Amino acid sequence: MSSRENILKAIRGIQRERKELPTLPDFKLEGDLVDLFIRAIQANKGEVMGEEEFNNWVSSCDFHSIISLSEPFQSLSTFELPEDPHHLNHLQLAIIQGQFGVAENGAIWLNDSQLPHRVLPFITEHLVIVLSKENLVDTLHQAYERIGEEHSGFGLFVAGPSKTADIEQSLVVGAHGAKSLRVVLM
Amino acid sequence: MSHPKAASQFLKDHANSLWHDETLWMVREKRDAISKTIPEWEELRNLASQIKDKVLSNLDVYLENFEANAQKNGIKVHWAKDAAEHNQIVLGILREKNCQAIVKSKSILTEECHLNPYLEKNGVEVVDTDLGERIVQFLQQPPSHIVMPAIHLKKRDISALFHEKLQTEKGNEDPSYLTNAARLHLRKKFLGSKVAITGVNFGVAETGEFVVCTNEGNADMGVHLADVHIACMGIEKIIPRRKDLGVFLRLLARSATGQPITNYNSHFRSPAKGKEIHLVLVDNGRSLQLAREKFRNSLKCIRCGACMNTCPIYRRSGGYSYGSTVPGPIGSILSPGLDMKKYSTLPFASTLCGSCSDVCPVKINIHEQLYEWRQEITKHHGEFGKGLSMKLASGIFKSPLAYKISGSTMRKAIKLLPKGLIYNPLNVWGKNRDLPEAPKESFQEWYKKNRG
Repeated sequence: MSSRENILKAIRGIQRERKELPTLPDFKLEGDLVDLFIRAIQANKGEVMGEEEFNNWVSSCDFHSIISLSEPFQSLSTFELPEDPHHLNHLQLAIIQGQFGVAENGAIWLNDSQLPHRVLPFITEHLVIVLSKENLVDTLHQAYERIGEEHSGFGLFVAGPSKTADIEQSLVVGAHGAKSLRVVLM
Repeated sequence: MSHPKAASQFLKDHANSLWHDETLWMVREKRDAISKTIPEWEELRNLASQIKDKVLSNLDVYLENFEANAQKNGIKVHWAKDAAEHNQIVLGILREKNCQAIVKSKSILTEECHLNPYLEKNGVEVVDTDLGERIVQFLQQPPSHIVMPAIHLKKRDISALFHEKLQTEKGNEDPSYLTNAARLHLRKKFLGSKVAITGVNFGVAETGEFVVCTNEGNADMGVHLADVHIACMGIEKIIPRRKDLGVFLRLLARSATGQPITNYNSHFRSPAKGKEIHLVLVDNGRSLQLAREKFRNSLKCIRCGACMNTCPIYRRSGGYSYGSTVPGPIGSILSPGLDMKKYSTLPFASTLCGSCSDVCPVKINIHEQLYEWRQEITKHHGEFGKGLSMKLASGIFKSPLAYKISGSTMRKAIKLLPKGLIYNPLNVWGKNRDLPEAPKESFQEWYKKNRG
């Protein structure tokens, strides 16, 4: 008998009481979603800015490799999307359109339709996500409600830059992935 | 080595053990603070516990659903009855891909299976990519905490280690500087690996997808650059519905580190074009634990580590004192299920204060199970050759008369005996402790006089 059969047989042989799955209540937040979202991103060591502030920041940075996949900022692209994701290694800035954000924790949902290479939001040195204020939900409960039965090979809640506190619990931003996250709220 | 013996080694460095205690308590306080910002916190814990009850009562069916859906999505599913089979499956995939070097993100399951030494013995270079795990891997140590693997080390230790391994400046202890050195070192490994291994936080039966949570982004850096992703998952990590993730992701990071969510929460449903995902479902003692009714609930664990951060014993004795892959209170109820003799001292490494159960996001009755394991182990103590003190205690507690007599004897003895007899190496509880003032009478005697 295969291990699969052995394991399933062992489990089936255990007498267990029948249990029911609970219904999940629709927990919401109190307060202004935009305010709460901004505070959550800041707590995760990201930044939230408007369009003008973002434009000023980009022009002050003198990036030489930018990939922009967000409609309003398409003209900022200086780097063609390579076939092989390894060639993104020296990418300085990726600008991605976010689907929606979660006010309770700052998480932003992306899937394969925003990510031509799944590694893009990780490998880039700096990450910018463009998000509409209209597209904020309260908590993860509404977030999964919204995702519903959507079928994507990969989905990601990104809530901040890459970070670690593995050396004496001192927080360091920029462990392996993006060294910064900026969210442009439109 | 027994827990008390190992703990006494940790306590030799007083300053370090004090720092360890205070730092983990700080993490516990962060968890408290953030949990209080969620009015429905207790309701979420109840829901999580109920969902896991359902999972355990229906595990065979969920596993079959999960497998069928994952296969539909193009994921290759493997089953391993134990650690050895798990390791063979992983090596088999690496051999097939002609792969001699892999990157691996944090996975307590692969630690439990001792995958690294197995692969290394078979000529595969394994690079742990979580910063804390890379640090302990350089030292050839296992993680001392499941969420903070290098919490037992100070930055001066890491600075010296990186000077040796990564040629950082001697004496530079700046965490940003050291982290950046690791970033550059690991970036090369990510770019060069054809296969990446990760653990799994949750597997969703209804969709066949699985979720991996990190703050560093190391799991994703590995798998999206590799051709093959191998995900290793304990069979108890199943949840029924996608929407259940809402409950568990709200609880996990808040309980673990006091943050509202990990910065990266990746949902893997099918491989990218031209790539492969393999998923290894591992039993390794879990179905046996499921059959033990008293200990079944321990399988609800989502590995947040909150019970370690709050535990007065863990904080003061360090993760290594447990000698098991999962240390702390949850480890002390899981490990005896794997090997009762080897881990016989662990359920005694507790004050039974119940704080672990109070913070557990899935409401495992950890302290009650610790107590239950003590009964099981005491029943077998002859086989384990326990010390005289436990045999005596067992005899005394079995007989009410013996208990009464011994009580009055002890009350006198505490006053009269020379300290050396109590603070002797045979009595591990005497270390770093003062005896209480002995009361003149027992509670029973007092009750008879005053309330009888």
